[in-house]
Amino acid sequence: MELNNMLDFPILSLAIFLPTFGALIIWLFIKNDNAVRWAALLTSVATFIVTLPLIFMFDTSTADMQFEEFHPWIEAFNVNYHLGIDGISMPFIVLTGLLIIICIASAWKCIQTRVKEYMLSFLILETTLIGVFSALDVMLFYFFWEALLIPMYLMIGVWGGKNRIYATVKFFLYTLAGSVLMLVAVLAMYFEAGHTFSMLDLMDYPFNFQWQFWIFLAFFIAFAVKVPMWPVHTWLPDAHTEAPTAGSVILAGILLKMGAYGYLRFSLPMLPDASQYFAPMMIGLSLVAIVYISLVAMMQRDMKRLIAYSSIAHMGFVTLGTFVFTVQALEGAVLGMISHGFIAAALFLCVGVMYDRLHTREIGDYGGVVNQMPIFAAVMLFFSMANIALPGSSAFIGEIMVLLGTFAADPVHLSVSAKWIAIAATISVVLSACYTLWMYKRVIMGDVIKDTVRSMGEMSKREFALFVPLILLTLWVGFYPVPVLDLLHASAAHLVEQATTTKLDAAAALIEHSTALSAAAN
Amino acid sequence: MVHATTEMTLNTVELMAIPLLPLFGAMAAGLFGWVLKDKLSHWITSSCVILSALLSIHVFTQVLNGAEFYGNFWTWIASGDLVVNIGMMIDPLTTIMMVTVTVVSACVHIYTIGYMHGDPGYPRFFSYISAFTFSMLVLVMGNSFFTLFFGWEAVGLFSYLLIGFWFKRESATTAAMKAFIVNRVGDFGFAIGILAVWYYFGTVDYREVFALVEGFVATNQVMHFMGMDVEALTFICLALFVGAMGKSGQVPLHVWLPDSMEGPTPISALIHAATMVTAGVFMVARLSPMFEYSEVALAVVIIVGTITAFMCATIGLVQNDIKRVIAYSTCSQLGYMFVALGISAYPIGIFHLMTHAYFKALLFLAAGSVIHAVHHNQDIRLMGQLRKYMPITYITMLLAGLALAGIPPFGGFFSKDMIIEAAYARDMGWVSEVAYWALMSGVFMTAFYTFRMFFLTFHNSDRVPAETKAHVHESPWVITVPLMILAVGAVGAGMWGDWGLHMTSEEVAHGYFRDSMMILEEHNPLVKLELLEEDHTKSHFWLEYGALILALSGIFSAFFMYFKESPLPAKLAAMFPGVYQFLLNKWYWDELYAVTIVKPTRALGTFFWQKGDLAMIDRGLIHGVIVNSVKAGASFMRNIQSGMVYHYAYAMVIGVFGLLTYLMLNA
Repeated sequence: MELNNMLDFPILSLAIFLPTFGALIIWLFIKNDNAVRWAALLTSVATFIVTLPLIFMFDTSTADMQFEEFHPWIEAFNVNYHLGIDGISMPFIVLTGLLIIICIASAWKCIQTRVKEYMLSFLILETTLIGVFSALDVMLFYFFWEALLIPMYLMIGVWGGKNRIYATVKFFLYTLAGSVLMLVAVLAMYFEAGHTFSMLDLMDYPFNFQWQFWIFLAFFIAFAVKVPMWPVHTWLPDAHTEAPTAGSVILAGILLKMGAYGYLRFSLPMLPDASQYFAPMMIGLSLVAIVYISLVAMMQRDMKRLIAYSSIAHMGFVTLGTFVFTVQALEGAVLGMISHGFIAAALFLCVGVMYDRLHTREIGDYGGVVNQMPIFAAVMLFFSMANIALPGSSAFIGEIMVLLGTFAADPVHLSVSAKWIAIAATISVVLSACYTLWMYKRVIMGDVIKDTVRSMGEMSKREFALFVPLILLTLWVGFYPVPVLDLLHASAAHLVEQATTTKLDAAAALIEHSTALSAAAN
Repeated sequence: MVHATTEMTLNTVELMAIPLLPLFGAMAAGLFGWVLKDKLSHWITSSCVILSALLSIHVFTQVLNGAEFYGNFWTWIASGDLVVNIGMMIDPLTTIMMVTVTVVSACVHIYTIGYMHGDPGYPRFFSYISAFTFSMLVLVMGNSFFTLFFGWEAVGLFSYLLIGFWFKRESATTAAMKAFIVNRVGDFGFAIGILAVWYYFGTVDYREVFALVEGFVATNQVMHFMGMDVEALTFICLALFVGAMGKSGQVPLHVWLPDSMEGPTPISALIHAATMVTAGVFMVARLSPMFEYSEVALAVVIIVGTITAFMCATIGLVQNDIKRVIAYSTCSQLGYMFVALGISAYPIGIFHLMTHAYFKALLFLAAGSVIHAVHHNQDIRLMGQLRKYMPITYITMLLAGLALAGIPPFGGFFSKDMIIEAAYARDMGWVSEVAYWALMSGVFMTAFYTFRMFFLTFHNSDRVPAETKAHVHESPWVITVPLMILAVGAVGAGMWGDWGLHMTSEEVAHGYFRDSMMILEEHNPLVKLELLEEDHTKSHFWLEYGALILALSGIFSAFFMYFKESPLPAKLAAMFPGVYQFLLNKWYWDELYAVTIVKPTRALGTFFWQKGDLAMIDRGLIHGVIVNSVKAGASFMRNIQSGMVYHYAYAMVIGVFGLLTYLMLNA
């Protein structure tokens, strides 16, 4: 087969295994905590640099996979080590590279126990994350997808808060239950489509409706847990609250996107008819996420829990944009995910900054923080406003594109006009302002009443530096998203075409063909 | 799509500089305020804004001579057939707004130097007001719905920051949040309007949309809503108008505006009187080519404007906070502007916007001067006889009051009188008739509450507490000079607009506005008014002088009750306690919202959280069904593995028996 790799260099493999390699070196040779920190930081920066050519060498004119690599892995089952990226997966790889740096730097001071293990789990996590987004073989994807649970499990379970064991077990079992169904779906596809795990082959294979129906349901549950969608979302607030700051950052910034990425990579192109068929359900659940979850977010007393719920609400826009099948909505969904990677990550960092000082996440324990930390208050204001999706922030571009795309959509199986769905989703304009500003007011504004708050000191240079790239990116994508959208255009258009082209005719033809063959044989 | 620029007679660099100068000032003071310190901060921001004002005036003179500009600078969003450009549209409507915004802003900048002197957040304040000026300029200068929305949200942000400027005060932060959220309710409508515009017209660019409207109306597209068919254009206009209602403090979204008085007084003048709150008026006027084709939308605009104009005037009659009186007056006057728009007298609406900007900003700044003098007391019951101490403030406030009351030849007379006459002439059945009478009664009330406040502050008996009285003094020049500049505007804007710029010309195309606004011939109320007045068989005395008579009687009533200390007001209040309490409590809107919206929403949130997430999903589904069934299954399995040989043997026997039976039955 012909591989599309203009670099003639296994850059994706390098990006995947560089962190593991760094982890290995740290594990074997480095003892001193400080040296471990620097080595981990160096590794993550190097990995990020390795991912940069993916942007600059990216061919925006094609929807084909790029930077491909192919090696047979388990030949007996036709499992291959096949990597490649398109416009939809590429941004997440670069975003992973960036956020891991921020995660490692954010843990500089607040993680003092088992520093080495902490850094190792982050580096291994990076390997699995980049692997998930670049795998083109379903088994390879599944391998990375599952492997990722281990470092995440350790991170919450070892360095988490008081209630961490409950949160870890819940997180683990929830996602594992979803993954098991995914495995079933993957195997079903493997046998139906003639013993292939290649995503590209599966996208072309004409599954008939029965197959699509059941496989879609299995994938739906697996990915819905990860996104998360109502009603399988309750692990997320627990996991977020108990996770250490950097854990929350990577959880909100990248892990949640894997579910939505799954819909984009599996459900839409491989099962277009089932996607159309189930679109009303997906849209309905997205609206529930936007309205119900926003209301729940408003009443939270724990800052991390509030932001966790706000993340779920924002992911509602992503799933909405995914299942209305218009280019604008789809690009909006992907852009929304990227933007959420900046903003939710930054908000969790903000909570982390305060948590490091007072060791509490309760909103009621704060009040008047601006008097002590004016620069921090400004940074948090910036990200609060971005969370509300004010124009000029990246979130605005994502949301407005999803809404525009939804308003103009025409899903086949939908009984109400898509316009009313867009209008219902627009209510987020009000709700997001309610929960974000109310929290901001109670935590940051006001006079200092509590003595504990009076003891809080301004951010250090290191802490401020964590926010700088996120601020710049939020503004850049907010004011000039065109370069990012250019990366998406070809892939998004191709995906919409795949999702709206029925496979049933081909499936019927295939059945006819095989019946004719067996008839001829008889 | 269009990147073409037309009529490039204006200098692009100059146009760009007008919004970017204040932005530069804002960034300098905001990011480097700690280095620049107070003095440099106010120098940089003020000089940037003054320069921007001078450039605006220069552009204004060019536009007056026929120049216009339309062009795109860069592409903001592009995806499929969605293209959003950032560009400018400079025409007479835009330039009058630019001049108003920058001139008032410049005055406020200078005024702030005195007013905020010594405040710990001094550079921050300058940064905010400059950034606000930038946002407002983007709002008026943009050439698409997206730039409008961008400016719209940005002014909302800075309004939020400025209301909550004194963040230690609980009331200020609450008011800031309330303002933002109520505005967002309006933006909900605005956003939907933008979605619909793009869907139906395929573009969000003003010119392209306007060019398509007439053809679009002919296609008779409808939207189905709960069994009703709504014309698509009406839907778009109404959705956008919800946004205008939020920003311009129209009923029922007016509740944030009086509370916004928690902010420092300079911003009450700049944002909550002269510029930001008029954005809704500007929006409807800008979109006149769309609103003109929807009778329903126009009627809704009139009704909302009428209710607001009347209701807020009644509330203003009894308020005791000097700024709240003026704030309710602002709401009410904005209602007048919306009525003007609704009756298709767009030029008059903008004319009133302009005159109002000057006299209302002056009124606020003068009130601020008073507040400054009496040590941040805002209760007019604790003032009185202040004219002796602050003559300049006294005179300028008198001029502003006369302009607001609509006494010739001051600003408000020309514009307000014209609105009322046009409302009379516009024949829209009960809608315009009710509007006419509501506005007429509003004139009386406006004159009354303005002079009630004025007399209580400057005349009447001296009720200033003794400890502050020693310090009462006229304000420094940085405060009085802006007052005097604005006084020129308050006095002259009406004459200038009417006689100099011909804003009241019957045919909009012949007046100042040229083709920047569109009025259908059968709607034009000024033509109708002309016809009406040409009919000499009837007397037009009431039409022409009615409003003036009401205004004068309002002033005289106030004079009678408040010029000297008199028991009359207290008696009146005692005579009608129900009415008095109803008005004093602002028609109980806040209480109504607390009961019908705030509490139920919170209860719903708690319900979803506690009952939905925690009880149903977590305890019910996860722990109840799944975990328990796993546990039950496990304990069942555990029972099987009892370890007793006879249990296993027994099971084996039953199994063999069962198997044999099965095989025999199937044999």
